[in-house]
Amino acid sequence: MTRDVVTAKLTEIFRDIFEEDDIVVTDETTAQDIEGWDSLTHLSMISEVESEFKMRFKMKEITAMKNVGEMITIICERAK
Amino acid sequence: MFTQVTYRQLERASRLHEGQPLSIAVLGTAATQRIAAALTGALNLRGFDTSCYDAGYNQVDAQILDPSSELYAAAPDHILLFFCIEKLLEDFRMEPLSARTAFADKTAQKIQTYLHLIRNHLNCTVFLCDFPTVNDGVFGDYAYSQPASFPYQVRRLNFLLSEMAAADKALRIVPLSEILAQEGAAARDERLYHAARMAFTDSATALLAQRIANEIAILRGSLRKAVILDLDNTLWGGVIADDGLEGIELGELSDGRAFTALQSWLLELRRRGIILAVCSKNDDANARLPFEKHPDMVLRMEDISVFTANWNDKASNIAAIQQTLNIGFDAMVFLDDNPFEREQVKAVHPTVTVPDLPEDPAERLSYLLSLNLFGTSSYSEEDGQRTAQYIAEAARVEASKTFTDYNAYLESLDMQAECMPFTPYWYERIAELSQRSNQFNLRTLRMTAADVERYAQDENYITRAFTLSDKFGNHGLISVVLLKRQDDGWFIENWFMSCRVLKRGMEQFIINHISDCVDGPLTAEYIPTKKNALVAELYPTLGFEEISRADGAVQYRLPMPYTPIPTLIHVKEPQ
Repeated sequence: MTRDVVTAKLTEIFRDIFEEDDIVVTDETTAQDIEGWDSLTHLSMISEVESEFKMRFKMKEITAMKNVGEMITIICERAK
Repeated sequence: MFTQVTYRQLERASRLHEGQPLSIAVLGTAATQRIAAALTGALNLRGFDTSCYDAGYNQVDAQILDPSSELYAAAPDHILLFFCIEKLLEDFRMEPLSARTAFADKTAQKIQTYLHLIRNHLNCTVFLCDFPTVNDGVFGDYAYSQPASFPYQVRRLNFLLSEMAAADKALRIVPLSEILAQEGAAARDERLYHAARMAFTDSATALLAQRIANEIAILRGSLRKAVILDLDNTLWGGVIADDGLEGIELGELSDGRAFTALQSWLLELRRRGIILAVCSKNDDANARLPFEKHPDMVLRMEDISVFTANWNDKASNIAAIQQTLNIGFDAMVFLDDNPFEREQVKAVHPTVTVPDLPEDPAERLSYLLSLNLFGTSSYSEEDGQRTAQYIAEAARVEASKTFTDYNAYLESLDMQAECMPFTPYWYERIAELSQRSNQFNLRTLRMTAADVERYAQDENYITRAFTLSDKFGNHGLISVVLLKRQDDGWFIENWFMSCRVLKRGMEQFIINHISDCVDGPLTAEYIPTKKNALVAELYPTLGFEEISRADGAVQYRLPMPYTPIPTLIHVKEPQ
């Protein structure tokens, strides 16, 4: 799966979770950029991403990912 | 109507504000934010305008022990109390080995103390989650035979909690263990607990919230009372008119066991007080034949309150059945294997519950069980008599046709009523009638058995329960009146009656009786709901004068001196 495809799907997921239709996700996007991205919505988003890409994040990845770019890298490695 | 609602949808619904106001609180030893949001949303979707006090992570002790806590200030109608299994395991590990066999009893005692403290401040129903089956991996499977193990103690604790609830009418066990078992191992994601102290996933949270919301709606009168049954290919396999008595599938024959299993479940529902009715496109004699003659039929004619077999469309027949039973369409479930019939009924009666039965008869029972349609919040053995009461009612309707003068008919019934204050025998029954009565209900204040008990013991209330019997049978408890002392007189705080005894003079009989019980002025109020238009003009009919009205509610006073209205009901001394 290419980074572009993953980015597009993440954009959809983010728009749904954060209820904001003009979110555009990039590698540099962080929690600071999106209203409502707190520790709990972060976990919802992780679970949504896991079921979309049929993969699983490690505990440390969930807490330590710095931006969306890192998330995309992990997804590209593991997505089936 | 049965589609799965996701956590996200519930969270959105938690921001709706319309409907009947309801106040809840959520207390737990894990993070409760999600549970509170989902429960608020699920209740809002059931027509409530819910305000929720969420105590936050691990605030159980602080909120319950502190008399000036936010919990007590919020004064919720219902509290959800949730102790997570992870914290329970931590507690267990703190116990010395020698004390572990008493861990469940000690924990139950602690929870009982919490409940006492809550009750000292609040009059509310507590919903308490039970504990999921989790093997801590210390004893392997031997754990279940070994009292010193955690799994053994959790099982015992769950049982003790159910025993507490059986003895405490304002405590309800939430089967979290069942919900998590259905969701499987994935429902408990350790990463969520470690990262955010969340005890389970959003999807398990959504299921839990909807189950609790359903229970709260039931407590507030939204429950199903009757099942309307198709016959051919629903109660048995095949078509009775074509296949004949020997050819229909029941018992050992072909797929018969699936139909027998469905019937056995329906019979248990009937025994629990659910009314069964038949609605079939058939000749009447053909339709009755299996009930009367087939050795493998589980249901018999005496289990069916209304039997309708003709060639009219089903929606019209269901309307006629609704008239006879005098219950709301939303209290009815319609079972039919034929999608065409189902769609027709759904289109005409959108509030009737119409499950989309799987085509394979062997899948239908487990599908119906998964819908959890027949929740209740009370039970007494009298409930099982309900079918007999409806059959007696049909006999009365038949008898009334032979009289041209209605009063002569009423006189021939030889009606006897008992009037008595609330006594323990009646607590559970009064609560049940309070939750079932929607049409003849002047203020629609629901009462739990715990409320009933409290009123019975409060000197500021006069309580009256009424029964009625006649030559065709005993109706049992049919009406309840609660009078509250107000200023120098009495106010009819609550009055509801079963619609089975309308047009008998019972309303007049009750007002005659009440006017005898009170000193000083008698006042009353009608609060309209979607369902109680039946009694909008009741008080004027009984001789009350309007004194004021606001927001649709009307206040009345009974002019004194009061002249009793003659009725044909005789007073019977309570037994």
